[in-house]
Amino acid sequence: QEPQASGLPEYIKIVEVGPRDGLQNEKVIVPTDIKIELINQLSKTGLPAIEVTSFVSSKWVPQMADHEEVMRGIERHPGVQYPVLTPNLQGFHSAIAAGATEVSVFGAASESFSKMNINCSIEESIERFEEVIKSARSMNIPVRGYVSCALGCPYEGNVVPDKVAEVSKRLYSMGCYEISLGDTIGVGTPGSMKKMLEAVMKEIPLSALAVHCHDTYGQALANILTAIQMGVAVVDSSVAGLGGCPYAKGATGNVATEDVIYMLNGLGINTGVNLHAVMEAGNFICTALNKKTNSKVAQASFSTGTIN
Amino acid sequence: ATGAYPKRVKVVEVGPRDGLQNEKNIVPTPVKINLINMLSETGLQVIEATSFVSPKWVPQMADHTEVMQGINKLPGISYPVLTPNLKGFQAAVAAGAKEVSIFGAASERFTEKNINCSIEESLERFEEVMKAAKEVNIPVRGYVSCVLGCPYEGKISAAKVAEVSKKMYSMGCYEISLGDTIGVGTPGSMKEMLTVVMKEVPVGALAVHCHDTYGQALANILVALQMGVSVVDASVAGLGGCPYAQGASGNVATEDLVYMLNGLGIHTGVDLQKLMDTGTFICNALNRKTNSKVSQASCRL
Repeated sequence: QEPQASGLPEYIKIVEVGPRDGLQNEKVIVPTDIKIELINQLSKTGLPAIEVTSFVSSKWVPQMADHEEVMRGIERHPGVQYPVLTPNLQGFHSAIAAGATEVSVFGAASESFSKMNINCSIEESIERFEEVIKSARSMNIPVRGYVSCALGCPYEGNVVPDKVAEVSKRLYSMGCYEISLGDTIGVGTPGSMKKMLEAVMKEIPLSALAVHCHDTYGQALANILTAIQMGVAVVDSSVAGLGGCPYAKGATGNVATEDVIYMLNGLGINTGVNLHAVMEAGNFICTALNKKTNSKVAQASFSTGTIN
Repeated sequence: ATGAYPKRVKVVEVGPRDGLQNEKNIVPTPVKINLINMLSETGLQVIEATSFVSPKWVPQMADHTEVMQGINKLPGISYPVLTPNLKGFQAAVAAGAKEVSIFGAASERFTEKNINCSIEESLERFEEVMKAAKEVNIPVRGYVSCVLGCPYEGKISAAKVAEVSKKMYSMGCYEISLGDTIGVGTPGSMKEMLTVVMKEVPVGALAVHCHDTYGQALANILVALQMGVSVVDASVAGLGGCPYAQGASGNVATEDLVYMLNGLGIHTGVDLQKLMDTGTFICNALNRKTNSKVSQASCRL
């Protein structure tokens, strides 16, 4: 590791979303035992948070139909968080019954996206989350809030930064401990990332912000760099860059955890994560999915047989 | 700190030379010419056309004279060519070249393996080219390879990069393009290297040539821009793999670079759609998928 570059956070928390966001957007249905093995391998890499599954109806998301089995089947390593998605109160109760100790709710900064994705307006979705968050707080269960379409929407196109700030503020005020701002279709650039964060940072403390960048247009690392230069210290990513983009057929989605860690290592920023171990987990899941990795670091490292 | 960005960035398109040189399939001359002609319509101001090197070493560039003579040379656009030695320089000028490039390196072992001599010997060779170029008023661009790491030596000291860059700049190169040849650099090492180099060469004479082998190119370019660099090399469709990591990617894709610069409000003069169309053309001709994510995403939406 290099000595840490000045002005950047000393430590960045990586939130690994591969097993949920990643697999959810993979075509092939992954057997339960493979999911469990993936999560167990990730638990040994030093990652502080691993998004395990989604307690959503299997009608909507068949890939996550085994949510209970997965939740009950994984090893729970001390010091590692295992959040799960809970779109409504019913999902929340199932999650708790299955042993979840942290949950996530998904809002959006676009009305059209909200309607198309979860069949209701932003306001209605927030009312739904209000119930979840109330229950969660009464049980001391932390809730993470996601805001989708933070830098653009597949239906509306441009998204106004103030709208992102407004929705983020609602979720934060309701009790979410962290707000993950998602560039859902990867159209963002360092320019739009900066503008959006400036607006959101007026309403929410920096320490409660995370960025969830998609690499559909190759901009993810540049966008993440911009965010961390502005002080954001939580970054979502997906091992092997699992998870394509449902809005651009054949295009990539999540940024690869390996590539993020490589960059952060080069900046002298501590993550606590062992890059090599993540690459191994990535190799495991890509073999199981019979697909090539989306991580350039993994591609290059396995080609040369060395890690630089 | 994010700081201010340059208002304009000059994009140097290296696809027809650096890109094709690192592609497995030999590209027919008419395809090369058409590629360059299409690139000339995109707004790009600099298009590296070919390399006047012996076809024994680089078979892909064997048709250098035909290409140089066959392309449309639009006014306002520069078509630099590589000239590794005096012989190549003379052939280039005879074929109509008006700008040339020479390739140095910040690593002794890389220089030995690549052009079979030491850094010092390579600079002596270039001195001959510089002299001849000055006599006919031909501008010379200098490249420094391995600025953020070497496939043989590993870590490269920023001081060495600065030393070689300074020598080439003092010899008369109008611009020094700093190449992350194996793409191992990160925003951390880019910043460190540029800080040292900028003490010896004015930032206005610097360019960055980033490879995306480890996915770091755009982030590295972003840092370079933040430090005042305003010339960036890229390759249409991300042509050109990495000869040191089989199957891995090489050059950063011009489309992805322009997309980022557009988003930053930085003027390039390049028409992204025309660029993507050109990328589609060459990928079809090469029977390969594009390495540009912007191109990949845009086709499907």
